[in-house]
Amino acid sequence: MIRRDFFRALGAAGTVAVSASTAQASETGAIAGTNDPVGVLVDTTRCIGCRMCEFGCAHANGQANGLEKPSFDEELTPQRQTTEKRWTAVQRHVVDGRAITVKRQCMHCLQPACTSACLTKAMFKTPDGPVTWRSGKCMGCRYCMVSCPFDVPKFEYHSAVPRIQKCQLCVTRVAAGESPACVASCPAQALTFGRRENLLDEARSRIYTNPDRYVHQIYGEHEVGGTSWLYLSAVPFDKIGFRTDLGTTSFPNYTKEFLYAVPLVLTLVPPLLLSLAKAGDTKDEDADEGGAS
Amino acid sequence: MTAGIRAIGTPNLREEFQRFVRFLLAEMRPKGPVVTPFNIITAVIMLTTAVLLVIRFAGGLGTITNLSQDVPWGLWIGFDVVTGVAFAGGAYVLTFLVYILKIEKYHPIVRVTVLNGFLAYVFYAGALLLDLGRPWNVINPVIGNSFGVSSVLFLVAWHFMLYMMAQFVEFSPAVAEWLGWKRVRRILGGLTLGAVIFGISLSILHQSGLGALYLMAKNKIHPLWYSEFIPILFLVSSIFAGLSMVVIEGSITHKVFHHRTGAKLRATHDDIVFGLARISMGTMAVYLFMQLLVFVHGQKLPYLFTGWGAWYVLELAGFVAVPALLYFWGVQQRRMPVVKAAAALTLVGIVLNRLNVSVIGFQWYVPVRYVPTWMEIVVTLGVISAELWVFRWVVNRMPVLDFAMAHGEQSASLPAAARSVA
Repeated sequence: MIRRDFFRALGAAGTVAVSASTAQASETGAIAGTNDPVGVLVDTTRCIGCRMCEFGCAHANGQANGLEKPSFDEELTPQRQTTEKRWTAVQRHVVDGRAITVKRQCMHCLQPACTSACLTKAMFKTPDGPVTWRSGKCMGCRYCMVSCPFDVPKFEYHSAVPRIQKCQLCVTRVAAGESPACVASCPAQALTFGRRENLLDEARSRIYTNPDRYVHQIYGEHEVGGTSWLYLSAVPFDKIGFRTDLGTTSFPNYTKEFLYAVPLVLTLVPPLLLSLAKAGDTKDEDADEGGAS
Repeated sequence: MTAGIRAIGTPNLREEFQRFVRFLLAEMRPKGPVVTPFNIITAVIMLTTAVLLVIRFAGGLGTITNLSQDVPWGLWIGFDVVTGVAFAGGAYVLTFLVYILKIEKYHPIVRVTVLNGFLAYVFYAGALLLDLGRPWNVINPVIGNSFGVSSVLFLVAWHFMLYMMAQFVEFSPAVAEWLGWKRVRRILGGLTLGAVIFGISLSILHQSGLGALYLMAKNKIHPLWYSEFIPILFLVSSIFAGLSMVVIEGSITHKVFHHRTGAKLRATHDDIVFGLARISMGTMAVYLFMQLLVFVHGQKLPYLFTGWGAWYVLELAGFVAVPALLYFWGVQQRRMPVVKAAAALTLVGIVLNRLNVSVIGFQWYVPVRYVPTWMEIVVTLGVISAELWVFRWVVNRMPVLDFAMAHGEQSASLPAAARSVA
């Protein structure tokens, strides 16, 4: 594997100013770059389905957020999803007799549907990239769930004080210069944490270096306007549970035109109505407003 | 308040106030037999609703609903809010006809329609609160620094709130007349046109906004119901949905509250209904044409020959085209039963359309379908029952159907029918 032009440093994402010329490798699988969003590259060809990412996630986030400890007995089906008690889930797909395991979680879109859907800004994209949920603002309307193209936000239906549950990309760990818990616990180097641009370069270089190993697509590069989580695969993505019909337009764009029309309607319609009403006035100005005619 | 203002500085202040309180207390009392079949049934439903809501708020939404991670919005949003608000569209259309276009013909029903619209918003949009997981935070988008201005729901929420106020202002002259506050009545009357203009602008935006909510569910709604024109389709269909509701609601009100109905409304009721039927018919033709454009432009033909296609044709042919033709025929022949049947079919069509977008066609590919629990249905019926009780209370006391009826006056000619009282 060629690792040119990449600076690899332990959890240094975003906190260290680097120059591309000082290429250096370390064993943690983190890539630091300049100020574009943080993300994770998932190489499904390396994933061994050990689910250590699930354990790492539950260990790091479980206590405060009511997540469940993963159970070893569980069968890894293709339908396996994240739940309100599990922020990340490993699926197992069988393609042409070959088992492929895929870790799923929030994609942390560059322009998320959920944050633009949220009327209280409870869904909040931090400047560094992670899309987080803020309990003090959320009113529990679940419009984020309706809007999310990946069906990621989950709701605690059996709680009087329900939360929206989803991967937060370990926002506090990342801010402290560490890598997300799942990345840190992956023994197979299937997960790489870093700045998105650098991850894209890394993904491309893997495809160029091993053109037969991968389909020549990075899922998340363009989908729904780009996501912070990027995926590499040996088989077409629709075979391992990814939607390939989502398009490359960012989801907030779908409501943009409607929202642009709002101030137009509010400024143009009232004068029109007023002039219509006045044009229809007879001489008897104060005949009636709302009552007897 | 006029009574109060007049009384200031006079020794009669105390007396006036006591008289006012006595009047209010008297009005609180039921105006006839309390034990009627309607009252018993609705009371049972409302009590059950109250119990269910205690369970719901104690144990979470999952205790009484079938909502899931796949289907986060069910009957309460899809029917109560999305369909209910379309049904309430009659208020903005009628205020447009009466106060903007100055068509006097429709004046006698404008108050009852505005009252219906107002109560529909209070109760059906209010039902939104039952569906919120964290309702104590509902104040966030109104105050503080949590303005999610990029959200269609933010717009819809604000418009609901402002439109309720506008509708209350539109209706407030009736309240003032009921209380005998003449000077206040004059001031409130002067606000009507402003409230109407504001209300129509808000309605245009939030009727379409309810459709725009689903624009980001692009890949989840069945292609036959998803298009970027959902907002416009919702707006146009809210016109005939609202008017058909006025026709149905008017025919019921006309019977049940006959003793409260003014002579003018009694005389012109049929003409009004035929007029509304004509407008509905025209709007439905426009709507069908728009749906056809969306269908052709979106190249949706392949979907037509599936089960979903049949369902789609049933909605548009059976419950838009057929009632539009019935309207046409009923108006031509001046046959009231035909027009009422057309209105009923139209309402069914609107329920189908709104549910197809928001519930039935939503996540249409998931294997486990959402079906509401009986408890969700009971709560919905409970909300409707509560609205009917308040509506009846108001109509039996305020000059809603008869503008001539003034403060403290009892029904002029006819005795109260037993089924309408309390």
